[in-house]
Amino acid sequence: MIIDKVKKVNKEENVRNRNEKASDMMIGKWVKCDKCKEILYKDDVHNNLSVCPNCGRHFRLSSRRRINQIADEGTFEEIGQEILTKDPLQFEGYLKKVEMLKEKTKIEEAVKCGICKIEGEQAVIAVMDGNFLMGSMGSAVGERITLAIELSIEKKLPLVIFCVSGGARMQEGIVSLMQMAKTSSALAKHNEAGLLYISVLTDPTTGGVTASFASLGDIILAEPDCLIGFAGPRVIEQTIKQKLPEGFQKSEFLLEHGFIDRIVERKNMKSEIAKIIRLHK
Amino acid sequence: MSNKITAWDRVCLARIAERPKSLDYINSIFDDFMELHGDRLYGDDKSIVAGIAKLDNVAVTVIGEQKGKKAKENMERNFGMPNPEGYRKSLRLMKQAEKFNRPIITFIDTPGAYPGMGAEERGQGEAIARSMMEMSKLKVPIICVVIGEGSSGGALAIAVGDKVVMLENAVYSILSPEGFASILYKDSSKCKEAAESMKITAEDLKKLKIIDKIIQEPEGGAQNNLEQVSNDLKKYINDSIIKLKQIPKEKLIEQRYEKFRKM
Repeated sequence: MIIDKVKKVNKEENVRNRNEKASDMMIGKWVKCDKCKEILYKDDVHNNLSVCPNCGRHFRLSSRRRINQIADEGTFEEIGQEILTKDPLQFEGYLKKVEMLKEKTKIEEAVKCGICKIEGEQAVIAVMDGNFLMGSMGSAVGERITLAIELSIEKKLPLVIFCVSGGARMQEGIVSLMQMAKTSSALAKHNEAGLLYISVLTDPTTGGVTASFASLGDIILAEPDCLIGFAGPRVIEQTIKQKLPEGFQKSEFLLEHGFIDRIVERKNMKSEIAKIIRLHK
Repeated sequence: MSNKITAWDRVCLARIAERPKSLDYINSIFDDFMELHGDRLYGDDKSIVAGIAKLDNVAVTVIGEQKGKKAKENMERNFGMPNPEGYRKSLRLMKQAEKFNRPIITFIDTPGAYPGMGAEERGQGEAIARSMMEMSKLKVPIICVVIGEGSSGGALAIAVGDKVVMLENAVYSILSPEGFASILYKDSSKCKEAAESMKITAEDLKKLKIIDKIIQEPEGGAQNNLEQVSNDLKKYINDSIIKLKQIPKEKLIEQRYEKFRKM
């Protein structure tokens, strides 16, 4: 009897919860996990570092939130924010699109760079942002990252780059392509100076970014289940005229093939980076 | 050639089967070319040819992306689209050139690095990145010549040099005009329009200071007078190497860094 009553109470509570959920749904407090398809409360996801509480899927982060997760509070000092988008091809509609994105995302370009402390360890950090033209690398991204590399050489500090990118930015043509040579050359100098570079790959890291600084870390970390590759899966499928196997170009696949050092969950990322930095002091 | 040739015309000229390929230039510019094979890690990629040769009497290392002229040869050469082992062979021989103090000459002619499953499994991105990074600090002169199609990271991977030159009808771009059109115009048939807006011709790239020099071609394209183009190219390579050899090694590397730093 008592059990029945409890059940009944629970049932009523469930109905109430569901109704609350339904009304929240109307005002966009819910999000569906693209991996496990579970409907999740946005606040729960947010409070869980934007990782699905159900299946562990790591959702994409803005550069601002990533910096908040990695840098000690109040220590991040931005550099290179004066470097803005250029339009070397005078490509129709490009700058207009950039202006719209700036308005929408409240960021100026697809990477934020600066100096910060990570568990008290000073480091230069560059964090790409997939919300800005898919984190593509044009001249501003390449220049900001090169400035960050050069600052880390000048100050003899370790360098951490969080990558997320669809590749080179098409709208800037050949100038985007040259950013690959520029950033890779700067890393050659960094390497000669005997400094530590940690590259962190997040979902997705592809194209010209994979084929430049993302792949050149002394230590390469990746979040779980990210897409990481040079050619995009669709291009490969069109080329070989067959479907790619499950898990192809995922973090775990790259670990197995020897192209990354470690897969690190978001909740451990900060402490793991700090630990690596301390091991190089 | 007349200025009325459009960017798309040059794309077509750069791609025609009879256009001279890397080996044609290697054999006409250098003596005693000895091809060397393999990356010492996985295999030998036939879409990149590499070896030692003599430029007049000076030993040099020569590397070139090699397309075929006929279907069978193109299959063998993977249409000039290298796999990671191609870039790793190239880098191995560039480091060998540095060890023996030989200048390096590279020939660029590729529709892009190969986007296949094996290429991904063996780290195409890493191979390209490593090649650019190492080229930027090699202590010997490097001359890079875009002879046909220089497309994407697959071209840039062997084009980080002290001098980057283009043949008049060659094109050098972030990806093919077809790819560009399909991404930005959502319609690959708009490739002609794309070619015009992408700034991919030697003339445009000289203005943008991406390249240092344009080598003229005869009317109709390089295939109509390989000897003339080779002679002009040889003279340019020779003159450049003589000048670059006089620069102290540290300064040579610094100048190369500054060249790409400005882009």
